[in-house]
Amino acid sequence: MRDGSLEHLKREGRIVVVGASLAGLRAAETMREKGFAGSLTMIGDEPYEPYDRPPLSKQVLLGNAVADHTALPRRRAIDADWRLGVPATGLDMAARRVRLGNGDEVEYDRLLIATGVRARPWPNAEEGALQGVFVLRTRDDGEGLQRALAAGPRRVLVIGAGFTGSEIASACRERGLDVTVAERGEAPLVGALGGVIGEVAAGMHRENGVDLRTGVMVTSLESDPSGRVRAAHLSDGSTVEAEVVVVSLGAQRNTEWLAGSGLGAGPRGIACDAGCRAFDVRGIVTDDIYVAGDVARSPHALFGYQFLSLEHWGNAVAQADTAAHNMLSESTDRRPHLWVPAFWSSQFGVNIKSVGVPPMGTEIMITQGSLAERRFAAVYGYQGRMIAAVTFDNCRWLPFYEQQIESTAPFPPPFSTVDRRSDGIKPLPADFPDPSVPTHGPTITLSGYSPADRKMTFTPGR
Amino acid sequence: MTQAILREIIAYANRANPYPLYEELRKTPVSQDGDGPYVVSTYYEIHSLLHDPRISSDAKNLKATGDDPLGSQSDEEGTTLPPSFLKLDPPDHDRLRRMTNRPFGPPHAPHRVHDMRDELGGLVTGLIDGIVETGQLDRIDLVDQFAYPFPVTVICRLLGVPREDEPRFHVWAETLAASLDPDPDADPTQHGKGSMDARMELGMYLAGLIEERRKKPGDDMLSQLATADGPDGAMTTMEALSTSALLLIAGHETTVNLITNGMLTLLRHPDVLQRLRDDPDLAVPIVEELLRYEPPVQLLPQRTTLSDVEVAGVTIPKGASVWLMLASGNRDPKRFEDPDRFDPDRKDIQHLGLGSGIHSCFGAPLARQEAQLALSELARRLENPRLLEDPPQYRQNAVLRGPRHLPIACDGIRP
Ligand SMILES: Cc1cc2nc3c(=O)[nH]c(=O)nc-3n(C[C@H](O)[C@H](O)[C@H](O)COP(=O)(O)OP(=O)(O)OC[C@H]3O[C@@H](n4cnc5c(N)ncnc54)[C@H](O)[C@@H]3O)c2cc1C
Ligand code: HEM
Repeated sequence: MRDGSLEHLKREGRIVVVGASLAGLRAAETMREKGFAGSLTMIGDEPYEPYDRPPLSKQVLLGNAVADHTALPRRRAIDADWRLGVPATGLDMAARRVRLGNGDEVEYDRLLIATGVRARPWPNAEEGALQGVFVLRTRDDGEGLQRALAAGPRRVLVIGAGFTGSEIASACRERGLDVTVAERGEAPLVGALGGVIGEVAAGMHRENGVDLRTGVMVTSLESDPSGRVRAAHLSDGSTVEAEVVVVSLGAQRNTEWLAGSGLGAGPRGIACDAGCRAFDVRGIVTDDIYVAGDVARSPHALFGYQFLSLEHWGNAVAQADTAAHNMLSESTDRRPHLWVPAFWSSQFGVNIKSVGVPPMGTEIMITQGSLAERRFAAVYGYQGRMIAAVTFDNCRWLPFYEQQIESTAPFPPPFSTVDRRSDGIKPLPADFPDPSVPTHGPTITLSGYSPADRKMTFTPGR
Repeated sequence: MTQAILREIIAYANRANPYPLYEELRKTPVSQDGDGPYVVSTYYEIHSLLHDPRISSDAKNLKATGDDPLGSQSDEEGTTLPPSFLKLDPPDHDRLRRMTNRPFGPPHAPHRVHDMRDELGGLVTGLIDGIVETGQLDRIDLVDQFAYPFPVTVICRLLGVPREDEPRFHVWAETLAASLDPDPDADPTQHGKGSMDARMELGMYLAGLIEERRKKPGDDMLSQLATADGPDGAMTTMEALSTSALLLIAGHETTVNLITNGMLTLLRHPDVLQRLRDDPDLAVPIVEELLRYEPPVQLLPQRTTLSDVEVAGVTIPKGASVWLMLASGNRDPKRFEDPDRFDPDRKDIQHLGLGSGIHSCFGAPLARQEAQLALSELARRLENPRLLEDPPQYRQNAVLRGPRHLPIACDGIRP
């Protein structure tokens, strides 16, 4: 493409971003930083300017931050044509056009898709629509739930004990509300971190006064005559009376609008190559359509080129940056998205962080600290390799483990460390649930293999 | 080869300017000669070891002590007290540091350091007024008349030492500092005994004070250390004792040197001094750049490996002594552009002057505030200050490096 067309694109091209949230905004900022002077259109179906989601299950639920004060800080002005409150409803790849819900059409030279995910709704739509039943993904969700909690319900039921569900339960306890958590798996967080850590998490729930029920499913929700939820029935035959029910069963990718477009988009997200270019349904990479954030599914050299879908804040930022860079680069100047997955959560006063891909691990070893004190670092092993690490109130050591993971260090770790205790004498089975048994859904999904060159070696950037 | 450079760095003759030697050292990021310590001299390697859980600060893990070029000069706490958290690994380090932080910093005491600002300002004013009262402006020793007394008083106020006892603290601090800094000509046994006595006396005094505060707590730090009832429980008397001694020792010579190195550097860069005079807020970036450019703690000589650790292609074996050359890392051109230039306008200034990782300076917010206040007030009040000796006479100590005296003159002192 060294025919000046890139220069032309940068000067007067048209870039359209669908999904005006974290990934969309950060990508737009990077494009402007890289000197893109053409027209930029931001399409978002939410009526708000880009805002931050992590506070929604933390400060916002405690009433410490107002949901409408969670707007994302701007790195720079992006001088865009904002189309907020209007969904994209279709894509014509041949004509390079995005169709909008209001009938408008927007043409592009480059398209970035960052439509993220939405909360998986309660499977029974009628029950899900009852007053007092919530999901938590958007600002409006957060505001509504916050108001419901502030009203002082006699009991809150959280369905699903993944990160978000656990954070909601934690916020409820901090507000002094009675809360029941129902989880289909054997412990909270098992899908994301495995059974050994799940047991620690279960201890945190119980010690903080959560009525934790594991190995059970909520089978139905019951309403009072006025259409308010009043109770939930569980698979073990018990009933939980609750005035507020939060459905926290993981996420669904926002890809329906691409149905029939010819793009390789489906329920598992939009597949793209390491450079964030989307694949079409034939498995051929497109030149002008890029993907970033929660909706993307991209191969990672460090993890056997498996396609990873990551619902991680840091991933959205890093991938958006790479996508934006590549959209405005000659092919030889493009960069691969090699971000090592990293995640944080705070619940029950404990700061949890992980790097790598814990659910790939078959074994775990507590290298520092102790499970009983809930202050530790643990590493996950897969086929003799260190593949992930997690810390509870000990995140200062995480960069070290990240570096070990990047350099494909062996497992069990052949070294001793400070703060090695009796928990860390030998590896344990990591104890992830059988992936065929659905739980709340792990935050990292593994699937498929890449067409990319498997001989490529991973060299982390500094 | 390296050993030769290392010996030269320690040699007193090179105290005034060790930086060319560090540059030589950086040609081999990790080096060892004979059975001396492994010396790490480049920024990224030092930084990564400071965050590496295979590295211990606890001397118990040191295997055979090979050739220690520093001799055994730096056992500042001696045998009379249990090791302070500076020399402990997690979990003991973390527990004691958490407990010490409770009355000192966020989240439980977010205002303590800030609230000392007026008091520190008063001390600075008093010390500069003291210089005016001597009437001798043609020869001021900035160390003895200003930089030296200031931090001891600050620690006394922080701990809650009664005013009338402060003079005794100054004497102990001076004796201890002298023991950190052996005069090569003095009789080592005599000398050792003096500091031993000072340590004993200081320990006894603090123990008494802790007992007193336990019965009748005030809102000072010592009371809070002695009566803490947070999630980690309370400190034993011995722990409170070694912790308060640590605060005194760790916060003393270091701050003296930061202020003195700071004034020396400003007098060598009159343009920056003038800018500080016009804009006291410039003290903030100036102090950061000073911590990079002339760090009071030049190297950390007490780390040990718990396993074999590979750094920059070299395998440091388990149990080895590792020296982290902070001052050299701070001048690493791979990390800092034009590293030998004193430039307070640097945007990117993640220096190693206060360490990094779990042992990074506990007193950093206080140290910064002390140095910022001291330098901006000196700049504002001294009229036409100038150096009388350049380079000045340095202390013996190669680790806590700084001038022993800093003779300056000025035309007058503004109110
Ligand atoms: C409650 C909560 C807590 C979280 N906590 C953490 C945490 O502690 N740590 C962490 O790492 N991550 C956390 N996350 C995840 C993090 O917020 C996400 O990874 C991040 O928001 C992903 O950004 P994104 O831009 O890819 O997707 P999204 O933020 O989902 O944005 C996608 C946007 O596209 C819009 N959209 C969808 N379809 C269309 C369409 N057809 N047309 C137009 N617009 C459309 C959506 O409405 C949305 O505004 C949390 C998420 C939630 C919900
Ligand atoms: C300019 C002044 C100062 C400098 C340059 C300085 C520098 C340092 C450095 C480099 C370390 C790391 C030691 C290591 O990693 O082994 C450290 C630790 C420490 N400093 Fe400072 N310091 C200064 C002032 C202070 C003050 C004023 C206090 C007390 C109030 C203080 C208290 C401590 C303590 C307690 C530690 C040990 C921390 C730990 O082991 O966790 N320091 N300092």
